[in-house]
Amino acid sequence: MASGGIDMEVIRQKVGDAEEFRSKQLRARDMLRGDLDDKDLDEFVQERVLTTTLEKASDWARGNSFFPLTFGLACCAIEMMTVAASRLDIARFGYEAFRASPRQADLLVLSGRISIKMAPVIRRIYDQMLEPKYVIAMGACSSSMGVFNNYAIVPADKFMPVDVHVPGCPPRPEALMHGILELRSMVHGDPTLGWRERYQAEGTEEVYPLAPADATGVNVFGAGGTEGTNA
Amino acid sequence: MSTVDPAARELSDYRKMEESITISETTEFEGDRELLTLNLGPHHPATHGVLRLLVTLDGEVIRRLQPIYGYLHTGIEKTAEQKSYWKAIPVVERMDYVSYYFNAMAYCGAVEELLEVEIPKRAQYLRVIHLELNRIMSHLVFLGTSALDLGAISVWWYCFRERETLLDLFEMSSGQRMHTRYFQIGGVIEDIPDGWIEQVRKFCAIMPERADTYGDLLNKNEIFLQRQRDVCPLSVEKLREYGVTGPLLRAAGDPWDLRKTMPYSSYEDFDFQIPVGTKGDNYDRYQVRLAEVKESVKIIVQALDNLPDGPTITDDRKIALPPRHELATSMEALIHHFKLVTEGMRVPEGEAYYAIEGARGELGCFVRSDGSSKPARVHMRDPSLVNMQAAPAATEGWLIADMLATVAMFDPIIGGVDR
Amino acid sequence: MPDAATLERLVGALKANDADSVIDTVESPGRVAIEVKPESIVGSLEVLRSAGYEFLASVHGVDYYPHEPRLGVDYELLSREACDRVALTLRVSTEDPHLPSVTPTWPCANNHEREAYDMFGLVFDGHPDLRRILMPEDYEGHPQRRDFPIGGEPVLFTHNEHNVPRWFE
Repeated sequence: MASGGIDMEVIRQKVGDAEEFRSKQLRARDMLRGDLDDKDLDEFVQERVLTTTLEKASDWARGNSFFPLTFGLACCAIEMMTVAASRLDIARFGYEAFRASPRQADLLVLSGRISIKMAPVIRRIYDQMLEPKYVIAMGACSSSMGVFNNYAIVPADKFMPVDVHVPGCPPRPEALMHGILELRSMVHGDPTLGWRERYQAEGTEEVYPLAPADATGVNVFGAGGTEGTNA
Repeated sequence: MSTVDPAARELSDYRKMEESITISETTEFEGDRELLTLNLGPHHPATHGVLRLLVTLDGEVIRRLQPIYGYLHTGIEKTAEQKSYWKAIPVVERMDYVSYYFNAMAYCGAVEELLEVEIPKRAQYLRVIHLELNRIMSHLVFLGTSALDLGAISVWWYCFRERETLLDLFEMSSGQRMHTRYFQIGGVIEDIPDGWIEQVRKFCAIMPERADTYGDLLNKNEIFLQRQRDVCPLSVEKLREYGVTGPLLRAAGDPWDLRKTMPYSSYEDFDFQIPVGTKGDNYDRYQVRLAEVKESVKIIVQALDNLPDGPTITDDRKIALPPRHELATSMEALIHHFKLVTEGMRVPEGEAYYAIEGARGELGCFVRSDGSSKPARVHMRDPSLVNMQAAPAATEGWLIADMLATVAMFDPIIGGVDR
Repeated sequence: MPDAATLERLVGALKANDADSVIDTVESPGRVAIEVKPESIVGSLEVLRSAGYEFLASVHGVDYYPHEPRLGVDYELLSREACDRVALTLRVSTEDPHLPSVTPTWPCANNHEREAYDMFGLVFDGHPDLRRILMPEDYEGHPQRRDFPIGGEPVLFTHNEHNVPRWFE
């Protein structure tokens, strides 16, 4: 992780005060008894401790493990399946965990044309996803309506925030893969997800309203009783 | 993170539209049993795209199934009316998106019928090869996704491996993986590249064996068998009543195949058999398609063996572009080229209905011409839309888990249903 | 496409059923359509069914703008024995786009008729469930009519997105 990792900032520094360091050293020495001596052991312990901010660490983890939603619309959905299939094998990057429920997913790939009948449904699915969430508009139709610039189709940008557009009709699976990796570098490069402010993508998750104050309970049991009867 | 209060935030119009879609809240009773209406879709991992199903359940037993379509309506028929004849081909191809060669074939065939143009034999054979490759590809996607719906994921990996090989072949002959626009009115757009035939032969050599492998993976799988055998059968009479064609009809034992009965594009030259089932249950539906893959391989091999030489597109300059070398020497060729590219071909007034055996059944294309260079009406009789009419009849009285297996076996492509 | 003798026989059978039902026969290369009166479509289809054309492949609407009456409906029939296709066609006006539904006798026409209603505004009287099938239920207009605009909207890019106020909603 330290040298070959992706966009992970590694800071080497001395650890704590001498007392603490000494106790760590002793513990490490117990583990490494016989392998290393005093000076080598100092270096060994120093090299293996790194510090970073929590935000960066969590974004690093997020960017490397998107959970895409199992959601296909049209032609592009077949190519999206290809990305997960053997030749491209999305699992190489850690994105193979397709989730069927929007509540468990954080990447929505709009794979195909969006009709005016489907747009509200997609918006609802997007709202049901929890933060942080990302959207890839795959293909010309969901990005710009493509060849079907007509009464039935609406581009994704009109009704929901889109993070990455992947051109093509349909895009090659490699293109989608590139789009996902672009998104990864966006997530790694901007821990605050600041780019999403531009199109008001924040605070969109659906929250169930609290029960109204005047809601009255219904007694499902017999009148006066609190235990079920067979009558 | 912004701190917008979700309750105060105004819902967009799209959200309001979505919330206006309500399911009837009235409780139904059948005798003293309460029926439950369950909504599946349009986003549901087991409905093959954006199909929406309203299921009325009595316990776990389906009393009523109501498919709701239109979530992928693209207005392709309307868009095709705005384009000149040959520019409508790419639009039409995107209807049923796993059998694009069939869509192009039905449309080109209808226009060719209006033009009364003769297709060169080599072009007809090349069309047959591509159509059958596409049929294999479509059945592989069917097999992989429906096995996935039934919980058998490994078949899906294998099927998509073969599909990649097929798409490489398409890419080699036309430059695109999907929606290749290889079929042109009057023939095919260009000849196949060197080495393509060898690649197809290589594929044909392994494919029957691979199909057997996939069969073995599933035929000995007890869970798969229990969910397929004797589940949701339909009789031939019932299927005909609902207009069902294709593998679903053949699974019930009716050997109706337009390639045999009303041959088009030189299908009469080839020796192949029509696989039929006996019971018309889910197992037959799956077996018929698996057997069709092998028959398609047979057709491809025959077509490659007997591939005639000659032009790949008609030499009628009013329909097909002149070859490149003529543009430098012939003024007439230049005029035709200019005319075709700017305005497109003019098609005599009339109406045509051209039906082919698609991967899912009869794929008919109706084209009306008013004499101009744009079609006045393009309509696809898509088999998915018609076949889905039989789904309620097939699943009523069965368990909801059987319904999902049956919808997978019906193999509707929503792009074809909604167009 | 039936030959001349078969066509003659079919038209004769249609006329025997309802004397003034047949208006015309429309021939194109490779296809022949018998134009009938809208009221007699159910009976005419039954006549053709008994003549062997027992598979109704497709029912679809056509807009013959600017000719009047504008709207048309085609019924593509197929005979399995003769391997032969024939079409019935009829015309109705946009002012009164009513015609009898054939769904009660041909269940396969169900989705086709709903689509024709959705796309052309053709009203099939007697259809068990005549609702929009492809467009949203509250959609106004019938998109496949030729005087309906194709629609569409300008594509938004980063450089012109601010021309459209509140585009992100």
